Amino acid sequence: MPYVIAASCIDVMDRSCMEECPVDCIYEGGRKLYINPFECIDCGACEPVCPVEAISQDRAVPDSQEEFVADNLRFFADPLPGRAEPLGQPGGAADLGRIGIDTHLIASYQRDR
Amino acid sequence: MNEPRIAVVGSGPSGLYTVAALLASGQPLYVDVIDRLPTPYGLVRYGIAPDHVKMKAVTRVLAKPFDKDNARFVGNIEVGRDLTHDDLAACYDAVVYASGTERDRGLEIPGEKLPGVVGSGEFVRWYNGHPDAAGTDFSLEAEQVAVVGAGNVALDVARVLGRTADELRDTDVPARVLATLSRSAVRDVHILIRRGPADVKFTPAELFQLSELGETDVVVHDGGGGIDDPSLAEDKRVRLNLKTLRTLAETPARGCRRRIHLRFFSAPAKITGADRVEGIVVEHTRREARDGAADPSGRFVLPVGMVVTAVGFRGTPLDGLPFSEAAGTVPNVAGRVVAGEAVVPGVYVAGWLKRGPSGIIGTNRPDGAETAAAVLADLEGRTFPARRDIVDLLAARNCLRSDWSGWLRLEEYEGVLGAADGRGRVKVHDLESMLRYCSTSV
Repeated sequence: MPYVIAASCIDVMDRSCMEECPVDCIYEGGRKLYINPFECIDCGACEPVCPVEAISQDRAVPDSQEEFVADNLRFFADPLPGRAEPLGQPGGAADLGRIGIDTHLIASYQRDR
Repeated sequence: MNEPRIAVVGSGPSGLYTVAALLASGQPLYVDVIDRLPTPYGLVRYGIAPDHVKMKAVTRVLAKPFDKDNARFVGNIEVGRDLTHDDLAACYDAVVYASGTERDRGLEIPGEKLPGVVGSGEFVRWYNGHPDAAGTDFSLEAEQVAVVGAGNVALDVARVLGRTADELRDTDVPARVLATLSRSAVRDVHILIRRGPADVKFTPAELFQLSELGETDVVVHDGGGGIDDPSLAEDKRVRLNLKTLRTLAETPARGCRRRIHLRFFSAPAKITGADRVEGIVVEHTRREARDGAADPSGRFVLPVGMVVTAVGFRGTPLDGLPFSEAAGTVPNVAGRVVAGEAVVPGVYVAGWLKRGPSGIIGTNRPDGAETAAAVLADLEGRTFPARRDIVDLLAARNCLRSDWSGWLRLEEYEGVLGAADGRGRVKVHDLESMLRYCSTSV
């Protein structure tokens, strides 16, 4: 039951949530941030600090944004475009730094569509 | 060249996030983490509610410093009992106190000394199997219970009392606690909240959890004015809480055996009873002013047999350190301890002892980083004398201590203990048994 980042983070990436996360499980793609569902401890610290209100619990995501639940999982469970191995559980975003790659959904996402 | 030696007193989130930030600097330094308990993690082990299983996984991050050669865990050692502040000052170049605020704040109303009135700290230590509560048990014979407070601790206590014992089986609560909970007579848990729905200090995620209880009805008593419109709230936490409260208020009761009542604008005025709690007199507070002051509209009595107070915690004055009685914390500027206007050299605080008992686990990450930055700045450019190893001092005093590998042995045993009972890991809750697994003399 992790937290999920949805559409309004795309091209914004404020990163306040990354500073707040006690387990450092919010990773930086190219256009968006992603919460690692394997590492998230459900504490909810990230939710109120997001200035664009992109974050919610996976079962409280607005209906129009449900695709982001599966997409956040995909970012870690499937190999990212151009990579052979999935990210899995790197154990902390700080050591990894900016990943700079997005899932197909986000890479081709049209804002204000 | 000697590296600086730093003592961090307390191995809860605030202490360990401070250690993490010290080590992340990459500076040559050596850290000892001293805890009065033989086990690490402080309120992660003994504060977080047992049904927040996933949140306890924060230990994966908190344990990281002990992978390194320059951080050591020194458990079962209490400053003030085994060591003095002067001992620490002699053995270390900097001392960080991150030992929390363990005393319950009182209600300061008549009747609060009656048997059956329990501080939330004591109750939480009991259900979490804290060794200090090894001799405590609660009969839970009362059908009606009041929980006073509007913070996350009040919600934790209400959930533990309001859930079924079966729901808590797959947690690490000690067997004796599970046995007591399974015999509990509790039907109604009344959370008394002095102010209104927009004023509560609940973390949105914690309040939201009430909407997901499978075996417990939640009843909202808004005091007659409804729940404020979430879309008008500027603060996002308030908006999320109001949304959850509206959902809760709109959800019809399912006829569950147990109910949790959220009673807004309700302040305890008096606890009644001949030789133990028989009731609590509750005063309405002013709806419009939202100032928590009593409203002449009246009072009512809840026939409760137990009252749990969750109105905050205070620190205990520490030997050799200044202390603010009013705040219940150690006066400091960004983590540097101050006495009057003057900085006390080499002494620091982090966590609740520094800023008061508020915030969530994650709050301690920036808080610890701030204290660590102060320590590192003050150490910069200095040279450090050779100092006595604290472990030698403790050995000379015949103090029984635990270390990290001892903790790992106990942790493994707790897993075995749980498996034997068809559960996950289960806590060992008395000090003697704990030390049998984790002391360095094993």
